[in-house]
Amino acid sequence: MSAENRIITDVVCPFCGSLCDDLEVETDGTKIVKVKKACKLGKSKIMGHERIESPLIREDGKLREATYEEAIERASQILSNSKRPLSYGWASTVCEAIEKGVHLLEEIGGVMDSTASVCHGPTVLAVQGVGAPGCTLGEVKNRADLVIFWGSNPVHAHPRHQARYSYNAKGFFSGGKEDRTLMVFDVRKTKTADKADEYVQIEPGSDYKIFSAMRTILSGNEDVVPSEVGGISKEKLIEIVDRMKKAKFGVIFGGLGLTQSRCRYKNLENVISLVDEINEHAKFTLIPMRGHYNIAGFGQVCAWETGYPFAVDFSRGYVWYNPGETTAVDVLNRKECDSFLVVAADPASNFPKGSVEHMKDIPVIQVDPYHNPTTEFADVVIPAAVAGVEAEGTAYRMDGIPLRVRKLVDVKYPSDEEIFDKMLTKVKELKGA
Amino acid sequence: MGKINVKLISGRTLDQGSTLENKMSKEFVDAAAICEVNQKNLGTLGVSEGDNVEVKTDFGEAVVCVRVNNGNPDSIAFVPMGPWANAVTGSDSGGVGMPIYKGIDSEVSSTDKSVLGVKELMGAI
Repeated sequence: MSAENRIITDVVCPFCGSLCDDLEVETDGTKIVKVKKACKLGKSKIMGHERIESPLIREDGKLREATYEEAIERASQILSNSKRPLSYGWASTVCEAIEKGVHLLEEIGGVMDSTASVCHGPTVLAVQGVGAPGCTLGEVKNRADLVIFWGSNPVHAHPRHQARYSYNAKGFFSGGKEDRTLMVFDVRKTKTADKADEYVQIEPGSDYKIFSAMRTILSGNEDVVPSEVGGISKEKLIEIVDRMKKAKFGVIFGGLGLTQSRCRYKNLENVISLVDEINEHAKFTLIPMRGHYNIAGFGQVCAWETGYPFAVDFSRGYVWYNPGETTAVDVLNRKECDSFLVVAADPASNFPKGSVEHMKDIPVIQVDPYHNPTTEFADVVIPAAVAGVEAEGTAYRMDGIPLRVRKLVDVKYPSDEEIFDKMLTKVKELKGA
Repeated sequence: MGKINVKLISGRTLDQGSTLENKMSKEFVDAAAICEVNQKNLGTLGVSEGDNVEVKTDFGEAVVCVRVNNGNPDSIAFVPMGPWANAVTGSDSGGVGMPIYKGIDSEVSSTDKSVLGVKELMGAI
């Protein structure tokens, strides 16, 4: 390490919802040269990749370089002139930028949705229906003796989760994995399932009926449960329910296997009800395995600003919330929006092809540090600092704990917050005029 | 030409996740334009690991490179989340905003076709 190099400790990782806060980052004064303690996902994000160097504006089918002032003005004109602007993303940026975004969408009367709608949006809907069990990851670490991953594969999606918070973590009242039982329910034997004390393979799309069978057994009506449900024998289901009832502190970490499959939010309503009912016998809780590092923060900011956690429509002059109508995929499917502001996300890659088609026909504004498939459709590209690496702010961990992410190096790129502050000012000017 | 009928599951992998901020790279194509099936299904398809296969659903088709993952039962193929998986995913959101990304009825078959790059894939939309 040279004399100019600096080690920054206790860095919060801005990749997944685990927000690991013990990283060490070494900088040489101008750039990051080493990352320690991070997983492969976090290290890749913090080390960074080839950037979009300059703002871009599409003319005659080709993107040309522009100044930030020019790009922000063009974006503001597009949004101000739109009858039904849509904005999507906002999960890989900080709460301060999201707040500016909410005010911008309110100003232009647009629809604002986050990546939650194709991630844990169904979990949010279930929470609105039947309530939210929950606790902090610290409580899991200190107390859980039964850890269940259901439709989630943290070895690939949240690689340090088990070591820091759940199965392997040593807490005040738990010595680590020797004191815990790990169960995994999934449709395929994942790397997480390989580590489990017990792996239960279920049939795809059968989660809802399995939860129903478990609730039936729990309520003492096992006589009406068929001999096999969703690939699990009745005897096994009885054994699982019995094990859950005997837990001192049990937790289910629900993944996208529940939200992105058949029955969607109904799976979550059913498992939350199961958790509620098990609490007559044992302390039990559920935490969704949130993917993007600040998707939980978007829900917080959107809820405190508008009353709703995602998919909000400002076009009526008051806030309208109706997932299925005001969610980004649906607005695109109906070819309803006449402009599309994409922030810290990549819908061209992550939405079904049928939803992406409308992006060809409308002006797309992209605010992102990197060139990605959405750039192929973009008419205005505004490169931003990587929030949590090159810009500071607040992010919410998957259990709802807010943490301050830091600026580790100085860069030439403005933060999302600065970009949307300027865009909001410009839009107000244009609308005033 | 071998063929299997499976439920298609998409999701995060370490390789896909560590290249997702670098999607125009070859590394992302190598990480996401793949289809994992078990050894038995590989035999049924009559292909070797590293060969290309075509995934077809009611919503589209995509050519990807086949890999072995014996954690998958016979009834399941896995494609990492990304534009290749989404080329065969339906856009209906079930009235709640969420397309079905996991559990799509699919046919996987051997093919001589090539894997499309990100730009080609986007250009084809």
